[in-house]
Amino acid sequence: MLRFIAARLLQSLVALVIISVVVFALARATGDPLYLILPMSASQEDFDNARRYLGLDRPYVEQYLSFVGRAVTGDFGTSLRARRPVGELIGERLPNSLKLAAFAMGVSLAMAFPLGIMAAVKKGTALDRTAQIVSVLGQSLPTFWVAILLVEFVAGRWQWLPAGGIGGFTSYILPGFTLGWFVVAGLMRLLRSGMLEVLDSEYVKLARVKGVDERRVIWMHALRNALIPVVTFAGIYFAILVTTAIVVETVFAWPGLGRLAYEGISSRDFPVIQAVVLTTAAIVAVVNLCVDCLYAMIDPRIRYAR
Amino acid sequence: MPPLVVDVRDLRTHLVTRWGTVKAVDGVSFALGEGETLGLVGESGSGKSMTCLSLVRLVPRSAARALGGQVLLDGEDLLAKTEAEMQKIRGRRIAMILQDPMSSLNPVFSIGMQMREPVALYHGLRGRALTARAAELLAAVRIPSPAQRLRSFPHQLSGGMRQRVVGAMAIAAPPRLLIADEPTTSLDLTIQSQYLGLLTELQERHRFALIFVTHNLGIVAKMCDRVAVMYAGRIVETGPVRRLLTRPAHPYTRALLESIPRLGTRSERLTAIEGQPPDLARLPRGCAFAARCPSVMDRCRAEAPPEIAVEPGHWTRCWLEMPASGTASSGAPA
Amino acid sequence: MPAEPTALAGPEPDMVAVRTSRAWRLPVFPLSVIAIFLALAVVAPLLGLPDPHEQSLRRRFKPPGWEEAGSWTHPLGTDRLGRDLLSRIVWGSRVSIAAGVVTVLLASAFGAAVGLAAGYYGGRVDAVLMRITDATMSFPVILLALILAVTAGPSFTNVVVAIAVVLWARYARVVRGQVLTLMQLDFVAQARIAGAGAWRIITRHLLPNTLGTLLVLVTLQIGYVIIVEASLSFLGAGIPPPTPAWGSMIAEGRDVVTSAWWVSLFPGLAILLVVLAFNLLGDWLRDTFDPKLRQL
Repeated sequence: MLRFIAARLLQSLVALVIISVVVFALARATGDPLYLILPMSASQEDFDNARRYLGLDRPYVEQYLSFVGRAVTGDFGTSLRARRPVGELIGERLPNSLKLAAFAMGVSLAMAFPLGIMAAVKKGTALDRTAQIVSVLGQSLPTFWVAILLVEFVAGRWQWLPAGGIGGFTSYILPGFTLGWFVVAGLMRLLRSGMLEVLDSEYVKLARVKGVDERRVIWMHALRNALIPVVTFAGIYFAILVTTAIVVETVFAWPGLGRLAYEGISSRDFPVIQAVVLTTAAIVAVVNLCVDCLYAMIDPRIRYAR
Repeated sequence: MPPLVVDVRDLRTHLVTRWGTVKAVDGVSFALGEGETLGLVGESGSGKSMTCLSLVRLVPRSAARALGGQVLLDGEDLLAKTEAEMQKIRGRRIAMILQDPMSSLNPVFSIGMQMREPVALYHGLRGRALTARAAELLAAVRIPSPAQRLRSFPHQLSGGMRQRVVGAMAIAAPPRLLIADEPTTSLDLTIQSQYLGLLTELQERHRFALIFVTHNLGIVAKMCDRVAVMYAGRIVETGPVRRLLTRPAHPYTRALLESIPRLGTRSERLTAIEGQPPDLARLPRGCAFAARCPSVMDRCRAEAPPEIAVEPGHWTRCWLEMPASGTASSGAPA
Repeated sequence: MPAEPTALAGPEPDMVAVRTSRAWRLPVFPLSVIAIFLALAVVAPLLGLPDPHEQSLRRRFKPPGWEEAGSWTHPLGTDRLGRDLLSRIVWGSRVSIAAGVVTVLLASAFGAAVGLAAGYYGGRVDAVLMRITDATMSFPVILLALILAVTAGPSFTNVVVAIAVVLWARYARVVRGQVLTLMQLDFVAQARIAGAGAWRIITRHLLPNTLGTLLVLVTLQIGYVIIVEASLSFLGAGIPPPTPAWGSMIAEGRDVVTSAWWVSLFPGLAILLVVLAFNLLGDWLRDTFDPKLRQL
């Protein structure tokens, strides 16, 4: 098992390195990176100074290594717009994003699991059909559009819930729900199809023949196996969650990493964007690693394969 | 006559599907006493497996189904029981071994867990006593190093070993009736006879009634006391093994026996039974085998034959056995 | 003969007769929707619609035709700059559908190639390719698009590239799985024995058998890509103005949702319809041709 974790850790590191190289290269490939880093009002002298200071006249490899070195210690440069170290900005915003993401994931799992499983167990009933409709709709609705409508009507016109900004529990509801919607739809569909397949299997039949209680058959014997495809896709869904988070945070004025990214885009604040990308990639890598370990825990065939 | 363990009377299982009502099991009757073995023989689709599932009331959920008749286990009618009562009976009084050992064991749980579960359920054991009993059961089916095996996972075992584990689960209670649905079909030939020997030994020890489903008449000859041949959801002939195999009464049974290639005879071709089994949703009015029967008569197409006694304990559904007097003797199996 | 057996209380109370399987009914709704939008996208220039770029401060924020203040010259109303909404939606469909189709084609071609190679060669090639595939598969698309948008500026090409670079991994995985199954079959071994080379086996034997699955996956993904493209445009990292794109149209109407609700509503509806149609079509294709893909 340890070998497995070590191998996956290595893989994650490699992936992160590749991403950092891509970020590094893109900044330089599309023109002088200084234009991205210095404000418009800089003079030629500022440019020359910066060039020497940032070591941009050094060979690329050296530049890359110092770039990585600084990134690892949290030095991402200075935001053009806010005139503050980017590292600080990230430190402020990151926890907010994490809180929202956790809330959304919690809500999604709490909704998707029972619905998906029950839809499979009660296949063909009204519950099943409702679940399927919800699932298809959920994957066809553009999140940001729903978000805008929700902000205007639920928060604006009817004033049931706060429109945005981070605050008490109620402020989590609209953005959390919007964020989790897509994931719920996908997870529910995965669970349903996974359970349907497993419920038809020989070992479930044998469990029933053995006289095992039906609830135990569903929630233990069947579900454990049905989770395998779900876990396989969990990593992808998390990535989708991150993608959606940027949009949701923007619409709901949530002071998180996603909103920071949007602000960075609008003001072409490259250091901010760069930092957000790297941080997010690191988080995604960590999450994927956890998912893989979870996968190995659930399916012994993976654990004892090699 | 020893008391009957299982007495099935006119069992019917009809499935309502979009293609019509499929009469998967249409009036099946047989009875078994302690330690007796019944061989249930037939082609695919003849209703053998569905009969077994009907006995434990686990007919597949995807279609509406209706069950009729009686299934008496030690005198109690299983078809009249509630689901909660059936759950107590499954595994404890009736056990089953399925065909494919690769897929009968849950791949994500250890052998130990899958063994402990029934033992805890039937005997209420816990902790070390539970594990000890689980290991004992594995030893009873001749699995080497049973205590270590408890920690293994199904994918680490060979097919033969897996089927033994399934066998161990089946005798955990031990049951009054064991249904083995083609247990050796997926095993290598050399392992097959080992497994059959194991089953015989277990039966001698625990005295359960055994229903052995197979399409292999050789196994029937070796293992069974009685045979029931199924065709299109009905038993077309049943009787003591030796009698049925040497002097079959029904043309279908005869055809099955003839289709087994024999050493020593010089035939150019293998004999096969012409035609296809009928569509169970659209059964003909008369005898279901009429379309393929070499001895078919007009009466066969018009009217389905009832159970007709050939000898005490041996009856068949065939007009050929109809005595000249025109009345059939009692069709009840011995 | 005894009477028909009565139904007994069995493991479940619902005696639901199995209804006609979805697979046998042609998916009329999705096909028509897609056909309509495709047609609109293709013949947009010929439709005689008002110029989607034409601004007019006089006509700004006119409501749809059926409202009191609206008129039927602008059936769906106008936006902040007085541009006709219906026309912009129709022209926007070109962008969205083009983005969806081109991206998916690129991603699937590349992904299928990787999957075929990985499945066929196996061993270390497979291991390495799959590592790369897995790493790519869970990379959030938007991040790459953001970087591209800020460094190279937002454009159609950048959107396509950003999405395709992450999307191909899905195809690679699925195709590889299929190839692995196919390789077990005898006809591949026979081709090898007959002396066929790798290229021939891959193109003539393996590829045709994966096309069905690819088609299903492609259809299912187009909807997703359209949503991602719209999200990017909404954030300003996608198709740049003044080209009409549904995502940016929604963004423009954001501040006036309460008063000029049509500006954001209709483009959103368009996205919903198109994506829904592709998803339903993809589901139907999958149910008909390859139910094993249920998990996608």
